[in-house]
Amino acid sequence: MNGVAIRVANLGKQYDLNGKRERYATLRDALADAVSTPFRRLRSGLSRRSDVQRADDNTIWALQNVSFEVKRGEVVGVIGPNGAGKTTLLKILSRITEPTKGYAAIRGRVGSLLEVGTGFHPELTGRENIYLNGAILGMRRAEIHRKFDEIVAFAEIRKFIDTPVKRYSSGMHMRLAFAVAAHLEPEIMLVDEVLAVGDARFQKKCLNKMQDVGQEGRTVLFVSHNMPAITRLCERTILLDQGGLSADGPSPKVVSAYLNSGFGTAAVREWPDATKAPGGEVARLRAVRVRTEDGQIADSLDIRRPVGVEMEYDVLKPGRVLLPNFHFYNEQGVEAFAANDLDPDWRGRPRPAGRYVSTAWIPGNLLTEGTLFVRSALIAVDPIIVQFSVGEAVAFRVIDSIDGGDSARGDYAGPMRGVVRPLLQWSTQFTPHGRGSVELSTEKAEA
Amino acid sequence: MALSLDESSSESPITIIRPSRGWVSLDLRDLWEYRELLYFLVWRNIKVRYKQTVLGAAWAILQPVLTMVVFSVFFGRLANVPSDGFPYPIFNYTALLPWQLFARAVTDSSNSLVTNQRLITKVYFPRLVIPISAVLAGLVDFGIAFLVLLGMMFYYRIRLTVYIWTLPLFILLAMGAALAVGLWMSALNVKYRDVHHIVPFITQLWFYATPIAYSSSLVPEGFRALYGLNPLVGVVEGFRWALLGSQAWGTRTLVVVSALAVVLLLVGGLVYFRRMERTFADVV
Repeated sequence: MNGVAIRVANLGKQYDLNGKRERYATLRDALADAVSTPFRRLRSGLSRRSDVQRADDNTIWALQNVSFEVKRGEVVGVIGPNGAGKTTLLKILSRITEPTKGYAAIRGRVGSLLEVGTGFHPELTGRENIYLNGAILGMRRAEIHRKFDEIVAFAEIRKFIDTPVKRYSSGMHMRLAFAVAAHLEPEIMLVDEVLAVGDARFQKKCLNKMQDVGQEGRTVLFVSHNMPAITRLCERTILLDQGGLSADGPSPKVVSAYLNSGFGTAAVREWPDATKAPGGEVARLRAVRVRTEDGQIADSLDIRRPVGVEMEYDVLKPGRVLLPNFHFYNEQGVEAFAANDLDPDWRGRPRPAGRYVSTAWIPGNLLTEGTLFVRSALIAVDPIIVQFSVGEAVAFRVIDSIDGGDSARGDYAGPMRGVVRPLLQWSTQFTPHGRGSVELSTEKAEA
Repeated sequence: MALSLDESSSESPITIIRPSRGWVSLDLRDLWEYRELLYFLVWRNIKVRYKQTVLGAAWAILQPVLTMVVFSVFFGRLANVPSDGFPYPIFNYTALLPWQLFARAVTDSSNSLVTNQRLITKVYFPRLVIPISAVLAGLVDFGIAFLVLLGMMFYYRIRLTVYIWTLPLFILLAMGAALAVGLWMSALNVKYRDVHHIVPFITQLWFYATPIAYSSSLVPEGFRALYGLNPLVGVVEGFRWALLGSQAWGTRTLVVVSALAVVLLLVGGLVYFRRMERTFADVV
């Protein structure tokens, strides 16, 4: 019953950086290389050493010496900073790419979900794409047929099932894609960060569905940056760092070790060890958190709702006027805006020693979609001395409600640029040609 | 560490993942396992082929018919190219049918891995499914264009020969040849985007090296063995023989030579494709 479902031993994957950089090598180069290589070999005394050396210079181990086992029915989280090898691991286990070293053995039918909606064709209807996507993900035709109604119901798109998906809003598109994926029934599921999209309500629905998957005794390997989801869904978590396995144990332990280790950005960052916390003898930063308006810690937030960013800090030396401030950067590193503490109770007032929590509320309908990185800083004024300033202290994702139509997006489903996305008042005046003017105005925005 | 995973616990299949070295087996059983995906990809390719076009499936008829008209005017009427005793339009159209099946299949399959790179980097399946589905999807166009041929035969009062039953074999030969080229080109295309430029050029040259606008009886005796190495020569003459009853010259020898050429190309293509397959997801 408790057999091993996945066994990974000394798994390694080497990528050729050269190959990656010159991705589209030309035939001419290859031919030239083919001609010159034998001569080079001759010159280096027929030894292959030079080739080995050359290989070392241009390659990187995306994964190295990774070994672990997963029991049947276990749901295991995989976390780690970007570039740690999480996706590479899933790609090897799902046979998309080959390992360079080591081996893995898998018992049972594997379904991998590295992306939702793989193979969706914009010209095909929702119905057609369900069949196509299902087949691509490894479902049998009969199986898709049997689950068809369930999939449509889960996606909540019954009315549009015979509409080409290019006419779908991105929310509908994503819901349909996830609905197909959620109805996969392989014995082993490999899931990459796929919950990063979509509105919060649907995300929750998907998480619940995944939880069901775990309870049905299926083995799941779940890669995510969503730490609350990891701790909720997975009993055990593996931490990858720079291609190696750096922790493997109960999820809460591994997750908090990861969050406190300084790498990785999440909605919460805490410094439990006061001596290692950022700051100095005046003040030290102890935690930064992102909250929804009802106080929940969240790393994905609805674009229409306010976002609370709080910093918790200790003031160790009393008597200074302190000014907490946040800086918000988008994915391109552009500083969207900065905000200084305006709390009237503490403006210009010297602070006694103690623990403080300062929260800034960003109104709904201001930020644009995407990830925002928060720099958390504290300065003393008169004279201005920076007490601490921690870049990427936390990060959170802003998600547009794509189907509601009550965000600044309106009825447009395509990409929107800009650092901010405020909800504006719009009105339109209409004058028919050759008639007296008739005033019609439409208002879209809510107060 | 032992490789086995507690053999007694269940009958679920065990997959071993490890670096492959040297030559790999063709593993056609794996391909068979994924036949439904093949079916769906063929179906998708057919469905989307004429989406958002005004004329839709009429293109499948227009292309060969207009080509035939132009050739009939310039080669048949003005240049008076001999057509083995058949009306030039039907002589030409009979050859255009398998040619267009072949040319389209070569183009589509050569580009297939690159156009499906999203699939390749996100899901596992035998990669052979992709070029094969690109080749198979051309059959629908062929079928539509074939109806026009039947109409033309009726018009010119040419009776079907008793050898019509051999036609599927020549269709298979044309698709085999296209797949062989497609396997080589698609695998090369993953790494070298030159292929994108080479393929139109190759098909253009190949067109003139195939007896479509002219009869293969124009080729001097001494060059015919060499000429037969072009698999499309066998296909085209086979079509004319099976449909019109043409006896250009030694059709049988030609077909055998062409079939051998296809088999060699195809085996080579399969081996090369399987060998390159392991790096597709990393390189594409």
